[in-house]
Amino acid sequence: MSILKKALTTAALATALMAQSAMAENVKIALVVKALGIGFFEAANKGAEEAAKELGDVDIIYTGPTDTTAEGQIEVINSLIAQGVNAIAISANDPDAVAPTLQKAMERGITVISWDSGVAKEGRQMHLNPSSSALIGNTIIKLAADHMPEGGDVAILSATSTSTNQNVWIEEAKKVLPNYPGINLVAVVYGDDLADKSYREAQGLIATYPNLKAIIAPTTVGILAASQAVTDAGLIGKINVTGLGLPSEMAGAVESGATESFAIWNPIDLGYAATMISYNLVKGTAKAEPGAEIPMGRMGAAKLDDNNEAAMSDPFTYDKSNIEQFKSIF
Amino acid sequence: MSILKSREAQLALAIAILTAGIALRFPAFVTPANLAGVFNDTSPLMILAIGQMIVILTKCIDLSVAANLALCGMVAALMNGAGVPLALIVPAVVALGAALGAVNGLLVWKVGIPSIVVTLGTMTIYRGTIFLMTAGKWVNAHQMTAEFKALPRASLLGLPVMSWVAIALILLFALVMTRTALGRAFFAVGGNPHAAVYTGIDVGRTQCAAFVLSGALAGLVGYLWVARYAVAYVDIAGGFELDVVAACVIGGISIAGGVGSVGGAVLGAIFLGVIKNALPVIGISPFWQMAISGIAILLAVAFNASQSRVKGRIILKPAEA
Repeated sequence: MSILKKALTTAALATALMAQSAMAENVKIALVVKALGIGFFEAANKGAEEAAKELGDVDIIYTGPTDTTAEGQIEVINSLIAQGVNAIAISANDPDAVAPTLQKAMERGITVISWDSGVAKEGRQMHLNPSSSALIGNTIIKLAADHMPEGGDVAILSATSTSTNQNVWIEEAKKVLPNYPGINLVAVVYGDDLADKSYREAQGLIATYPNLKAIIAPTTVGILAASQAVTDAGLIGKINVTGLGLPSEMAGAVESGATESFAIWNPIDLGYAATMISYNLVKGTAKAEPGAEIPMGRMGAAKLDDNNEAAMSDPFTYDKSNIEQFKSIF
Repeated sequence: MSILKSREAQLALAIAILTAGIALRFPAFVTPANLAGVFNDTSPLMILAIGQMIVILTKCIDLSVAANLALCGMVAALMNGAGVPLALIVPAVVALGAALGAVNGLLVWKVGIPSIVVTLGTMTIYRGTIFLMTAGKWVNAHQMTAEFKALPRASLLGLPVMSWVAIALILLFALVMTRTALGRAFFAVGGNPHAAVYTGIDVGRTQCAAFVLSGALAGLVGYLWVARYAVAYVDIAGGFELDVVAACVIGGISIAGGVGSVGGAVLGAIFLGVIKNALPVIGISPFWQMAISGIAILLAVAFNASQSRVKGRIILKPAEA
């Protein structure tokens, strides 16, 4: 088995080396994902290919371990160093475990960035977050406001009361409320990411606030449970459930009309942006340093903060028009 | 007899006072429609509490009920996705639940491992099995047929089918526990195992039967749960086994075995159900909600403990108990 594996690796390396000599002038960007066969990352690869096509002189090497382990990713990175790629863009399984190997890659002159799931600061030149807390906070309010032209009451159904990211998003959402006149946030309740508790909390909101127009759930369990509660109460069209969810999970709610629209980061855009950034760093058209702005093609520019981190964009909005396309992707 | 009877009456009174208190803050809570909703929402807890009560009566405990529920629910969802008709899915998951319960029962009976250890182990195994079957993927509303989702919420004489299932099982088990040899054997095994042996009752086998019943009920609730919330994933009903045990304890079922009734388990479940449904509407800070649930449980248990217990060992209690 291991001999066969070695032989295959050698063959793969040989092919890669031959390919390298054939297209020596192309920039080789490796998109290293958490594991192969995950819809989210397959979609990111689509975006990377789109960027490669747009740029012209880029080869994308889409790779990753077969299971989501840091060890597997280290093996993959080592083989990429041997292949002499120009850039590695990684979504890490562990922020610290892969850092030493990535440092080795940087010492060989390879551009290293992380995206989606970050690497410790010393193991990459920059990190691309799919979005930022401020953008998410604004998006979830906007999703509700878009479908209530006359304003009205909205409530937030969160996960646990101690969940850090949820609380930060809710804080950011409260900050932007004054920008949406007529939108009145009446309650923040917690479903603990349990389907039954979230369902009961949603029922509670419906019973307590007769003028409720929207329930905002920035959590996948909550948004599903709230959609179900609204459907069961026969209030589709009266109360819109929105927030953050995955297209594969939300397809039913969008179809029934309980959810007009919801948001989540778009993996295609993410793969596209990571490729564009890698390309610009390799070509030297931009430098990864605090305050720098790195062009991302159609996605605008990534502005780096003090930790060399950047946010890509607003979460992407899904509704009846595109759910069919995305529900099979992730 | 009168003591047991009054304990249930006291619990019913406590529920009535609790409900009245809630109504003061949120009058709509006591509308018949809302109370029916609370009953319906509590149905899974009531059904599981009956199963747990039988297990606890035999001096055992079943911590794997929620994991069993989740596994059976996932299997139901996957069978539905594979096009198996609903008329086959429901018996299949009840049988699967019973089989999973039998695994617990056989380990307790034949291998002699304490039930708390057995069910802690199978709890993790059952959840792990769901992960192996699905690789952590969810089965979502749009992947379930309309028929699959509609059954528990279909209305029959003003109540959803799920409530009727609970009512039917309460009546059935009230009868089984008081009027059948097996039902009396559960009490005997927990009340005095040695005496039970002399009367010709196989203690291990009776405990195994209790686990099978608890498992079968968990299997049925697995389907109802997944169909009601229209989603199946690894963590559904996470931690629910503790609610089930709490419902039993509140209902006056002695953890030492041999003491308890179907009525107690059901009232214990309703008590918890009223609290769970009331907390979201009476405007109490979510940070307090968990503490309030915990305090209610402790108060109820302390109340039960302070009740004068029957001294000495009970072998068989009067059938009317």
